Amino acid sequence: MAILDILTLPDPRLKQVSAPVESFDDELRSFIADLEETRLAGPAAVGIAAPQVARFQRILIMNVSGRPKTPNHGHLVLVNPEIVHWEGYAIGREGCLSVPDYTGNVIRATHIRLKAQDPQGQSHEYEMEGYEARALQHEMDHLDGLLFVDRVVSRRTDLYRRKVYQT
Amino acid sequence: MPDWNMLTLVGADRPGIVSRVTRALYQVGCNLGEASMIRLGGNFTIMLMVSGEHTDSEIQAALAPVAEELGLRLHLDPVQGGLHRHLAPNLQVRVMGADRAGIVADVTEILAEQGFNILELESDVAGHQERPIYIMNIQGYCDRTLETLNAALSTLSDRGVSVDVSPVDVLIG
Repeated sequence: MAILDILTLPDPRLKQVSAPVESFDDELRSFIADLEETRLAGPAAVGIAAPQVARFQRILIMNVSGRPKTPNHGHLVLVNPEIVHWEGYAIGREGCLSVPDYTGNVIRATHIRLKAQDPQGQSHEYEMEGYEARALQHEMDHLDGLLFVDRVVSRRTDLYRRKVYQT
Repeated sequence: MPDWNMLTLVGADRPGIVSRVTRALYQVGCNLGEASMIRLGGNFTIMLMVSGEHTDSEIQAALAPVAEELGLRLHLDPVQGGLHRHLAPNLQVRVMGADRAGIVADVTEILAEQGFNILELESDVAGHQERPIYIMNIQGYCDRTLETLNAALSTLSDRGVSVDVSPVDVLIG
């Protein structure tokens, strides 16, 4: 077990697109244990993705069960996750282990359906909503080389504001 | 020792203010910190942290030609940097009502009594000229519960102001 170094902005490697996992072996599971230890060592992160520790494979860990009144699937290790359906949108504030001392508002889908494999290679499907769906989308962005700062909307933007269109 | 200057600048809005001001500062070797720049009514306003070994009068002199040409008024205050210590808000307060004098004072007085620290406040006068509405959005930190704050603010609805307090969760991922 080891705590791994977290890449932080402006490290260009965070922009890299990660490759699918093909071998579900002990080496993979040992890396996942290190990734989890790294997540827990930092400031209260609900999720972490492999590319944040410079392993450019489609692996992420999340756990939002510590948040009160939040529908969740507990501790999840998701390998090769793929969102197959999404619905709704909401603004929420996000921060990231890879972007210290900054938070911003981001629009995310409120409901998603997801396919993913577990560390043994078994396929599963999940339905997620709200905070858990947000966490999943945040982590999946890392696999595609995106950070929440790529999606931040103006601090003045809010859902109740309506644009007035000139006719 | 104050190591930064807070530059306050205001003028009638027009394209080019930000570029001209920041270019002039860059040319005399100033570094810029955090900033808030926004159009308020027909005015463009800048609050900008400016660092460097420059005195107040050197910065004033560097900006004088631009200020003169674009009709900007400016002011400088020496301040401590205090960077890399962002405070995250845990609550958002949305306020809306028919525009009248005293809304901001009424709302923020109650918040202050609850120990609410305002980190950000923006407000707009919306609606039509003959029937203006006031919309304000506050983000801040307070360790009281949502119920306590809502109870404290409930007197405002009797005065025709709608106030909604909601949690701001920062998701760290």
